[in-house]
Amino acid sequence: MGTGWASQHNAAWRSTAVTVGTSILAVTIALLAGAVFIAVSGHDPIESYRALWNGAFGSRRAVGETLAASVPYIFGGLSFAIAYRAGMFNIGIEGQMVMGGLAAGLFAGWDLGLPAVVYVPTSMALALLAGGLWGSIAGVLKAATGAHEVITTIMLNYLAFRLLSFTVLETDKHLPVDPQLQATHMAPPEARLPIILSGTRLHAGLIVGILAAILLWYLLFRTTFGYNVRTVGLSRGAAAYAGIRWGSTVVAAMFVSGGMAGLGGGSETIGLLGQQYNSPQGYGFTSIAVGLVGRNHPIGVIAAALVFGVLRSGSNAMQNQVGTSREIVLVLQGLVILAIAGLAASGRIKAWWARRRRTTMPTDEFSNTIGVEPGVTPEL
Amino acid sequence: MDGIIDFFDLNLFKAVLRMATPLVFAAMGGLLSERSGIMNIALEGLMLSGAFAAVVGTYYLHNPWWGLLVALIVGGLTALIHAFWSIGLRSDQIVTGTAINLLAAGTTVFLIQRIWAQSGRTPTVQKLPDVAAQVNVLVPIAFLCVPIVYFFLKSSKLGLRVMACGEHPQAAESVGINVSLLRYGMVMMSGVFAAAAGAFLTIGSLGLFTRDMTAGRGFIALAAVIFGNWMPFGTLAACILFAGAQAFQIQAQTKGIGISADLLLALPYVLTIIAIAGVVRGSRAPAGLGQHPTPN
Amino acid sequence: MVVLTRGRVGRRVAWIVTEQVEVPQPQMAVEMLGIVKRFPGVVANAGVDLSVERGEIHALLGENGAGKSTLMNILMGLIHPDHGKILVHGRDVRFHSPRDAVDAGLGMVHQHFMLIPRFSVTENIILGSEGPGAFIDRQAAEERVAQTAAEYGLVVDPRARVEDLPVGIQQRVEILRVLYQDSNILILDEPTALLTPQEVEDLYRVLNALRDAGRTVIFITHKLREVAAISDRVTVIRRGMTVGTRVTADTTAAELAELMVGRGVSLRVDRTRAHPGEVALQAFDLTMKGRGGVNALDGLSLSVRKGEIVGIAGVEGNGQTELVETLAGLHIPESGTILLGEMDITRDDPVERRRKGLSYIPEDRHHRGLVLPFSLTENMLLGNSEIPPFGDGRRIDYAKTEEITRELMERFDVRAPGPETSAGALSGGNQQKLIIARELFREPAVLLAVQPTRGLDVGAIEFVHSRIVAERDKGRGVLLLSFDLDETLDLSDRILVIYHGKIVGEFSGERVDRAELGLLMGGRVPHGDRVGITT
Repeated sequence: MGTGWASQHNAAWRSTAVTVGTSILAVTIALLAGAVFIAVSGHDPIESYRALWNGAFGSRRAVGETLAASVPYIFGGLSFAIAYRAGMFNIGIEGQMVMGGLAAGLFAGWDLGLPAVVYVPTSMALALLAGGLWGSIAGVLKAATGAHEVITTIMLNYLAFRLLSFTVLETDKHLPVDPQLQATHMAPPEARLPIILSGTRLHAGLIVGILAAILLWYLLFRTTFGYNVRTVGLSRGAAAYAGIRWGSTVVAAMFVSGGMAGLGGGSETIGLLGQQYNSPQGYGFTSIAVGLVGRNHPIGVIAAALVFGVLRSGSNAMQNQVGTSREIVLVLQGLVILAIAGLAASGRIKAWWARRRRTTMPTDEFSNTIGVEPGVTPEL
Repeated sequence: MDGIIDFFDLNLFKAVLRMATPLVFAAMGGLLSERSGIMNIALEGLMLSGAFAAVVGTYYLHNPWWGLLVALIVGGLTALIHAFWSIGLRSDQIVTGTAINLLAAGTTVFLIQRIWAQSGRTPTVQKLPDVAAQVNVLVPIAFLCVPIVYFFLKSSKLGLRVMACGEHPQAAESVGINVSLLRYGMVMMSGVFAAAAGAFLTIGSLGLFTRDMTAGRGFIALAAVIFGNWMPFGTLAACILFAGAQAFQIQAQTKGIGISADLLLALPYVLTIIAIAGVVRGSRAPAGLGQHPTPN
Repeated sequence: MVVLTRGRVGRRVAWIVTEQVEVPQPQMAVEMLGIVKRFPGVVANAGVDLSVERGEIHALLGENGAGKSTLMNILMGLIHPDHGKILVHGRDVRFHSPRDAVDAGLGMVHQHFMLIPRFSVTENIILGSEGPGAFIDRQAAEERVAQTAAEYGLVVDPRARVEDLPVGIQQRVEILRVLYQDSNILILDEPTALLTPQEVEDLYRVLNALRDAGRTVIFITHKLREVAAISDRVTVIRRGMTVGTRVTADTTAAELAELMVGRGVSLRVDRTRAHPGEVALQAFDLTMKGRGGVNALDGLSLSVRKGEIVGIAGVEGNGQTELVETLAGLHIPESGTILLGEMDITRDDPVERRRKGLSYIPEDRHHRGLVLPFSLTENMLLGNSEIPPFGDGRRIDYAKTEEITRELMERFDVRAPGPETSAGALSGGNQQKLIIARELFREPAVLLAVQPTRGLDVGAIEFVHSRIVAERDKGRGVLLLSFDLDETLDLSDRILVIYHGKIVGEFSGERVDRAELGLLMGGRVPHGDRVGITT
């Protein structure tokens, strides 16, 4: 082997650069396509984006809002990432967030008079547990019966919404809920994640999210469990060969995935809002985009969550100042997913061009790093 | 006490038909797409875009039939995005479907703002005629689609080829069938059918469009396809089951039966989960679902 | 030396001469000139010429990976060549899809059948050639299928579901389809791979009948025996190039083998006598259900001693896969016992078996032996991640693993830029070396080697064979399972014949009667009674 350390590290760096570059390119493409969309609809794209940017970063308060807006996306993106690494497509993040938020909201709403150092972590642990259990239902169904997780998690979402609605509307005799307000009771200060940037709504959920990402990175890339998850996700056959139990690994991964989503729901409830309202927040599908743009890597997820946080927090300012509907953010999310998926196929496009021009070229240079190639064939 | 007879009246029957209609349309579309081998969780978004396009078409062309036509075209074209990414670029079909759903949810509300300068809902437009009291003309059309799809798959040359693409794309290609072309066609048809489902919600029933008005019906329709074992009549039965549960809940509300609305509304979802978990064992998806013929 | 003649095919002997003479002009059915096809990293065809006369059975002979299948896929319009010219019946053609090829009168029976299991025989046969109109006339189609079948003595129920039919009949359906399409040039890609000897005889009979009826047959194979048995002429390709065309009757097995492999080869692997020691692996009375309730393993017993290579011979689908996967711990048998040395490992999981000294080279590199997107380092952990020095069951020492990977790459000559390279970027030979390195790292007591050289080039095959023999000489027990009978015969010190989930015969590697072996593989017991069963 004539290759030394330097060149091997180059290779590793190069693949990381390609990965990161592809994500940046995808976001850029989506923003450009979004600009066309805005222009066609009769607004000035540059002015719109400027308003969006200022809305996200224009003041200390705006920065706080932007970071606060990123928090649920961090958890949602981590949730999507670990499930995807295990070969599971978790569309149930929304429902898992609801379950986490509801658990934390109820526990905090009881006002048990515990000191904050006990109350907050316990509430968050309950959120993790509730989301995790809700997520692992889909894992168990998949492992035991082969039921496709995409369908079961979607159904579990609606089920969670109904459960939430039922709880806040009809259980006021037993639980700390207010049917008039359609919410759990407001959490007392000692049960809430503290504000970490004064004068803003930015709460300690951000720190929890970053810690969770680091922990997840360690789990995925340094432990046997993480290795098993990644193996199962890429090759069921190889996992069986290596004696890795597919079923229990999938269930465990879905527990962690749901747990991350549950933490996200919990941090919204006892961080940003103080109570769980009878309405899902709508982070679920965006979390898929976050996971994909973040390449299902915990660190990448943080970066992607920030991007989507910027879009969300800046979009209100954009709508108010320029009149461009803030729904453009949803459009951008759709576009960025298509761009990511399209770039993953760029090798194929190149090969196709090459064929048309009757020459040959290597295919699929990107496919290993992108993570949105079709994996284990689902039976949807 | 004649509560039972009172409960199961003609209204309940009509409610079941009404609620099944969008599911049947969308499910027939999903079935064609899946039978050709392309997973389609974009039904929700396709339905939403069809619902919206129907209102826009009716609004500008002053005729709900033209509105329906616009909806079908828009549905087919939106599905073309899914088809191009899934078939042409071979992207993950779930990922692409998710993108379509987000795009549809965003674009519709964005355009409401743009066209009518109001947020979240359109003005009311003219509806398609009813063929009987509270039975829109689209209702019988939806149910008529089921035998048509059935005979298409069972007896037509094209149907056999579509199923071959879904079962074993390499084999289909090896006998000279243009797998990609057929799949493009079927995915676009799924868009057309889903758009009809959406159009029923707007110009067939409510008369206007509100944001996210499909409320997960596209996903339920997909569940019905799976529950129905990818067979047209099985899927129809599943649609009626899901619609029945919902109609039952509404009937219970109006008759003042003291059951929690939320728990009743949860019933179809629980049923679906049980069905999928219990039934999938014995059922068989198209063997080539999500697979591509060999490269080159 | 074997002198090859055609006509050793069952009852029919007299057919040849008359029919052959009646073809007046030696016009070519197919001519392929200077075909070049490159794939990323590989040149599959580097200038192939092939000329097939009308009305002959023409064998296309070459090793695995020589480029035979690529060539035929080009002929069928499934792949487009980079360069070259194709003439069919003298006409210059350029096929854009298999449809064009079918329309030009070509039909292919694929190695992996292109049949749809859930469709009926008729549906499979008419698919793509359904006839005029938008709808299918099922009854008419079934009648026509039955008629075509009767014409060539290919008995099959037109209404049966393909998935319910045995492999030999499924192949018949494929041939019927080609005939139904009225193709006059038939291409068969390794058609005997999945057949019993009896079914092979049937196939030969059908092919001769087709040739008698004036059709042209191209028969792809890597087995010299088949060339001798069925073909009129043979074209040999090696490494994507044509190396010669011969009249079968005028050539010898040795000449063809040399053309195929490229030098005077010793057909036997260079190795010394085995010195078997004590028993290393034993299986008693293993039973396991397969698909459809039939016992995939039916009271199977065997033993492997230290320092010997035991080969399993049998037609694919007789329980080989189940046997190996049961020994490796992927399945737990319904009854029976497996002993590794003195230890009972019947209920151990694969990791535990590894720990106790069992290694396993799986059949499928891409879907079992490796995780292609993983780096070489991560692949080294496959099955090892919980065992020191790689890990302790909770954490994994990636730095240590990388160090070991680097060292093993050196020792086993795995050619790759570094341990960070993804396994998918390696050639088949290097992938296999990586697996072998991983499996031998722990110095196992017993090695299960399944199809260890499938799809490899000659150099890599030699490397793998010499490694396996070297492990034997170090006193390890090796259980070899290969569907290449020649490989099994060449490597094994002892050969066990498997049929319907049982060991039905045993041979010493020194002295094998091929005829007897073939009979046993086909489930027929020679001399009326059963050859001794090993335990």
